Parts: sequence; C-alpha cells; structure tokens
Amino acid sequence: MIDELGHFALVLAFGVSLVQMIVPMIGAHRRDAGLMAVARPAAIAQLALIATAFAVLVYAFVTSDFSLVLVAENSHTTKPLIYKIAGVWGNHEGSMVLWVLILSLYGALVALFGDNLPDGLRARVLAVQASIAVAFLAFILFTSNPFLRLDPAPFEGKGLNPLLQDPGLAFHPPFLYAGYVGLSMAFSFAIAALLEGRVDAGWARWVRPWTLLAWLALTIGIAMGSWWSYYTLGWGGYWFWDPVENASLMPWIVATALLHSAIVAEKRGALKSWTILLAIFAFSLSLVGTFLVRSGVLNSVHAFANDPSRGLVILCIVFFFVGGALALYGWRAPLLKAEGLFAPISREGALVLNNLLLSAAAFAVFIGTLYPLFLDAVGGPKITVGPPFFNLTFGPIMLPLLCLVPLGPFLAWKRADLFPALQRLYGAAAAAIVAALIVLAVKTHGPWLAALGMALAMWLVAGAFVELATRIGLFTNPVAVSLRRAARLPRAQWGMVLAHGGLGIVVAGIVGMTAWRQELVTALKPGESAELAGYTLTLEKVGMREGPNYEALVGVVHVSRDGRDLGYMLPEKRNFPVERQEKTEAAIRTNGVSDLYIVIGEDNGQGAFTIRAYENSFAPWIWAGAIIMAFGGIVSLTDRRYRVGAPVRARARLASAPAE
Amino acid sequence: MRKLVFALLLLIAAAAPAFAVDPGEKLADPALEARARAISQELRCLVCQNQSIDDSNADLARDLRRIVRERLTAGDTDAQVVDFIVARYGEFVLLRPRLEAATWLLWFGPALVLLIGGLAVFVLFRRNGAGAPAALDPAESARLTRILGETERPGSER
Repeated sequence: MIDELGHFALVLAFGVSLVQMIVPMIGAHRRDAGLMAVARPAAIAQLALIATAFAVLVYAFVTSDFSLVLVAENSHTTKPLIYKIAGVWGNHEGSMVLWVLILSLYGALVALFGDNLPDGLRARVLAVQASIAVAFLAFILFTSNPFLRLDPAPFEGKGLNPLLQDPGLAFHPPFLYAGYVGLSMAFSFAIAALLEGRVDAGWARWVRPWTLLAWLALTIGIAMGSWWSYYTLGWGGYWFWDPVENASLMPWIVATALLHSAIVAEKRGALKSWTILLAIFAFSLSLVGTFLVRSGVLNSVHAFANDPSRGLVILCIVFFFVGGALALYGWRAPLLKAEGLFAPISREGALVLNNLLLSAAAFAVFIGTLYPLFLDAVGGPKITVGPPFFNLTFGPIMLPLLCLVPLGPFLAWKRADLFPALQRLYGAAAAAIVAALIVLAVKTHGPWLAALGMALAMWLVAGAFVELATRIGLFTNPVAVSLRRAARLPRAQWGMVLAHGGLGIVVAGIVGMTAWRQELVTALKPGESAELAGYTLTLEKVGMREGPNYEALVGVVHVSRDGRDLGYMLPEKRNFPVERQEKTEAAIRTNGVSDLYIVIGEDNGQGAFTIRAYENSFAPWIWAGAIIMAFGGIVSLTDRRYRVGAPVRARARLASAPAE
Repeated sequence: MRKLVFALLLLIAAAAPAFAVDPGEKLADPALEARARAISQELRCLVCQNQSIDDSNADLARDLRRIVRERLTAGDTDAQVVDFIVARYGEFVLLRPRLEAATWLLWFGPALVLLIGGLAVFVLFRRNGAGAPAALDPAESARLTRILGETERPGSER
C-alpha cells in the first residue's frame, strides 16, 4: 500500500511539473502576475511529492520490502543499514529518483528564497526547471519505474554489488548529482535570460552562487569517487580516464570556466553572451554524462542496441534540451548587448584565456570519451581511447593554464600592465625555484621533470598566498592592520585564494604519485618479510574473519622502518557469498606526505600469499587539495554579496518594521 | 570471426578484483621487465571496462602479459610486440589509438578547437579592441573617458 503511495506521489509530481512548466511561462509572456504566481507553490509541491516518493523508496529498502522488484534485485536483509539506504541510489531506477529529487530541491530553493528576483525572471526560471523535471519524471515513470511490484515476493533479495558497499561510494552519488543537477539552475537562468532578451549584473549575481554550489558539490563528488577507486581498486589508481569519470569531469571543467566568466559578466558586464553559452554547455554536458552512465551505451554498444528504450529516451531528452537551448541561443543571443570593453592584457583578458583553455580541455575529454562510440556508430573501426590519449591532449592544454593561475588576480580590470603584476609574483617564483631545487636534492629516483611539476605546484600555492598577502598588506603594514584587513576581506576573495592554493596541492599530489610511487609485488609465506622504500613488511600470519555479510581473509602485516616499530596493517580480501563476488580492502597507513598501501591476494598453492605493497608519494595531497578547493567554494558562497536568501529579507523587514 | 572471439572472451571474463602482475610472471631481467610493464600499460584488457592489462587480474589480461613477456624475451622490439598483439586482437587493444585517417579528428580536434577559439578571441580583440577609438561614437567616447577616469586600483574587487 505504502509503495503505491510513493508511485502515486511520483505521478502527481509529473502532473504538477507539467502545470509548473506551462502556466508561469504563459504568465511571464503575458505579464500576468496571477499565472506567474503559480510557479512558486508548484515548485514547492513538486519537491514535497518527489520527496514523498523518495522517502517511500528508502522505507522499502530499509524494511527489505522484496515485493518491489527494485528492492529484491538490489538489497538483502543482512546488509548493514547504511548500505540499505545507499542501495536506494545504487541502481538505475533509484538513482534517477534521486536525480529528480535534487532537481526539484533546487527549484524549490529558488521558489523559497527568490524574493529579490524579478517576477518574470523567476517565473521563467521555474518553468524551465519544471520542463527538465517533466522530461525526467516521464523517463522514470515510463521506462524505469522504481515501484514495480513482484508477485509472489521472494523470501530474500539478491544483494548489492560489494564494490558499492563502501562509505566512500555510498555518498558519492548524492554529491555528484547535487553538482550535475545543480548546473540545471545555471541552465534555467540562461534560458530565462534568453527568453527575456536581457542579461544584467543582477542576473550574473544570481547565477554565480548556484554555479558555485554545483561546482563545489561536483568537486566533492569527484574527489570522493577518486578516493574510493584509490582504496578499493587494489593498487592505488585514483583516476583512470574512464568514460564514467570523464562524464563527471566534463561538467566540472565547464562549470569552472562558467564560474570565472560569470565574474566578468557580473563585474564588468562583458562576456554575457559567452557566459550564457557556457551555462548551456555545462548542463548539456551533465545531460550527456547522465546519458553515458544511464543508457548502458558504455558497457557495450551492442547491449545498448539490444535494449535501446532507456538510452534512446535519454538521448531524445539530451537532443531536445541541448538542441532547443542552442537554437534559442542562436536566435536571441544577438539581442544581448555587449558592454565593458577591455584590453587584451587585463583581468578580463586573463579570464578569457582561462575560458579558452578550459573549453579546449573539456573538448579534449569530450572527444576522447565519445570518439569510440562515434566511430562505431558510423561503421568505422573499433578503437579504444585510454589514459595515454588524455595525458597527451588534456595535459598540454592544462599546463599553460596552471602556469597563469597566479597571474590573473594581479591584473587590473579593463587594462593592465604585465610587468608590475609579474613583479609582485617574484616571491612566488622564488619559492617555486626553491621547491624544484629541494626536489632535485632530496629525490634521487624518479624523472627530473618531477622537479618542474613540484615547482608548478609551489608556484600555485605561493601565488595564492602572495595574492592574499598583497590584499591585506601583510608585509607593508603592521600585523594588526593586516589582520583587520584580512577579517574585512570579502569571503569570495578568501574562497579564490583557497581554491587556487588547493589546486596547487592537488597538482603536487598528482606529480608525486606519477613520479615517485614505488611498488613491491611478491609472494610471502607467514613469517617472511620484504622491503619497500625503507619499510620492512613482515607477513606474520593470515587468518579468517567474519563480517556482517562477508567472510574476509586477513593478512597481519607488521611494519617497521629502520628498526622502528610502526605497528600492524591488516589488508583484507572479502568474499561476499550472497553476491558471489570478491573485494579487496587495502590497508593504508598515511604519514600525511605519503601512503603505505598494502593489498593481500591469493594463496599461491604453496602456502605463500601474493602481497602487493606501494609507497604512494604525496597521494593524500590529491584529496586534501580537492577538499581545500571545495572549502574555498563554501567560503565564497557565504560571501554576503551572494547571500541572496533569508537574512537579507529579514533585515529588510526589520528595517521597515518601525514605520508601522 | 572477431565478434565471435569477442563474445567468447566476454564469457570467460570473471568479475575479479583488479590487480595486476603476479610475482611468478615477472621477468628476471629488470630492464626487460620495465619494458614489459610500459607496454602492458598501453594495452587494453579486452574483457574489462577500460583497464590496461597491467591493472587487470582477468585471465585474458594475464595471458596477454605472458605473451608480451614471451615476445620480449624472444628479442622483439617494443613496436614488434605491440604489432604482434594488434595483429591478433585488432586496434581495439590499443589504449593510445594510432594516428590514421579515422582518428585525425580525435587527435587534432582539441588543438583545432584551441586554435579556432584563439583566432576568434584574437579577431574580436582586433575588431573592438582598445586600440580602435575611431570606431566609437561620441556618446561612447564620453562613456569611455568617464570609465577611464575612474580610479584604477589594481585588483580592486568592486
């Protein structure tokens, strides 16, 4: 009964979205306040209904209601509670419900906090947002219904893929979707602006926080996914240029470009039409990513051809929104008046270069991901595009961009001189050179290019620091003055410093992992030892352990370095009897700069176990840097200039209250 | 025929946790082993999702690693080893697609986009760049003077 309630709520949400899509749009066209006013309650009702459906689904998973096909296929009574909940989005149908839930959440946020938006713009934004909901709710209801019943209900479910039974991956999809779908806001604002034929600073100011929110969620989501593959896939790989990863990277790159161009649009009124195009592209790439991941086209083009219903529907949705948006853009964008002239060497110019390089980088990822599908579709040869391709194309495009990151903030708006800006960065350049020299002196193995890589990382971090120091006059003013200025510095400024500095730390992590990771592959009998990067690893014994829904082979590895006892590490190999799958649990010991990473493998039949151990230099910095970047996004989001929500309104009411 | 082989390979594919090279597979000569590893990282495990044979634990990947090492010990150059495997499994096995007519767009596409984008930016700057005051009408010139009259603080936020 309760399942039917969820189903009903989803159908109702579809109806509400249809109304929300049509009525406010007509209202905005006719300037009819009554019709436009439908948008806000509709958006909130849509959220309430989809949240109800989602809650029902969670309830069905938690109570192991195997009368639902979805639950029977993807859950099991012995699964820990957290993975029963995560199981809701660990499958196609459930993840699509999460997708529309987040979509409607964004819409409802605009409805709730959009008081300072012009009525027409708000009505149009909510109508466009609803049109996306209509498409995806129809997709769910007609091709991927999560509420299908099973009669008779089986006694036990089939379980969840053990690889997904992991805290890192359990919460990876919600973040990723918050990012993917968050870009729908930028898209809806772009379409609404094109319909109105007007883009002003207020528009850009509205788009920025939403894009920032999506960007930071996407950053966290991608970092989580990469961290998960680092500790699960068995050797410490953190990025594989897998199409599924690329599907999340492309919107991230374009969202990064959008964040930067929106600054120009807001502050200088320039690049408006380009910013709108980027907003369209960012969400289009989210849709393409959803298509790649959800249609099954990646596993095999043939599997897609055999059961094309889902994939084709998503493909139609993608074509409708991307094609429609671009057509609208082609028609209306010329109406947008360009303002804010600027010289090539200026802050705007630097941000244009940033956008150019980021766009080209996104294109490199795009073509590398889709080219094999394209060739196959036109009957060409079957090819694979793997990591070497991306390293050769994406890398060289990103390199100059990274070199220019510290310079941009030192250029003045409109027209700048290169030399004074460079002069301020002498300190950062010196720090970079010192970093390179230290690397050359300390690291005896590994390629010499690594020294340049580390210099680049230091250039970014020191550049961010110099930017901050200049802003607060750290070395020219008394400390107290500097601190006061630091406290008054706009949060967005802090956010930028953190994000750029975090990027430098990510670069250091990637360079370190690429250049200096050391590997040991050996077979050890209990009692035997091996050496890796100065560590002595002794396999003391091997035993079995019972988990909640698995059995694990546990290796007890004693670690010491130069006679110093560093304790034990316990790599596991887990066997999930229900799902009939195995999963390795690496043992990771970090000292903040490098990880010692141990994996245990099969018994080789002669009493010895395969032991793979890695010293992953600078690996933790990759995620530390990503977290700093995301934190920069959060700090920036709290800037009062973007706090377009309740507090502003409350203050406005307080201000007007005494009059009564 | 190739399709049949592919289908068979899919059948024998095991959902195994990913990790590569067994201790027993390693070659005694470290230089040769290093070459084998480098080649392995450029070859795709055909039955896996986007893994190199160096990363994969699937049976097929193990066989391919063995073939690579056999050919290397037999004295083949790196290119000969790769050709040997491509001859049997097709270009699908290469993680770095070869540069040929069918992949020109792939390899040159990103550079092309960068070039076209760069040209577009250049042309736009030339057309309405700061160096063309003659193109401004009197109202615009007045506005420009007003804008330029503002105090220019480098990096000022508002």
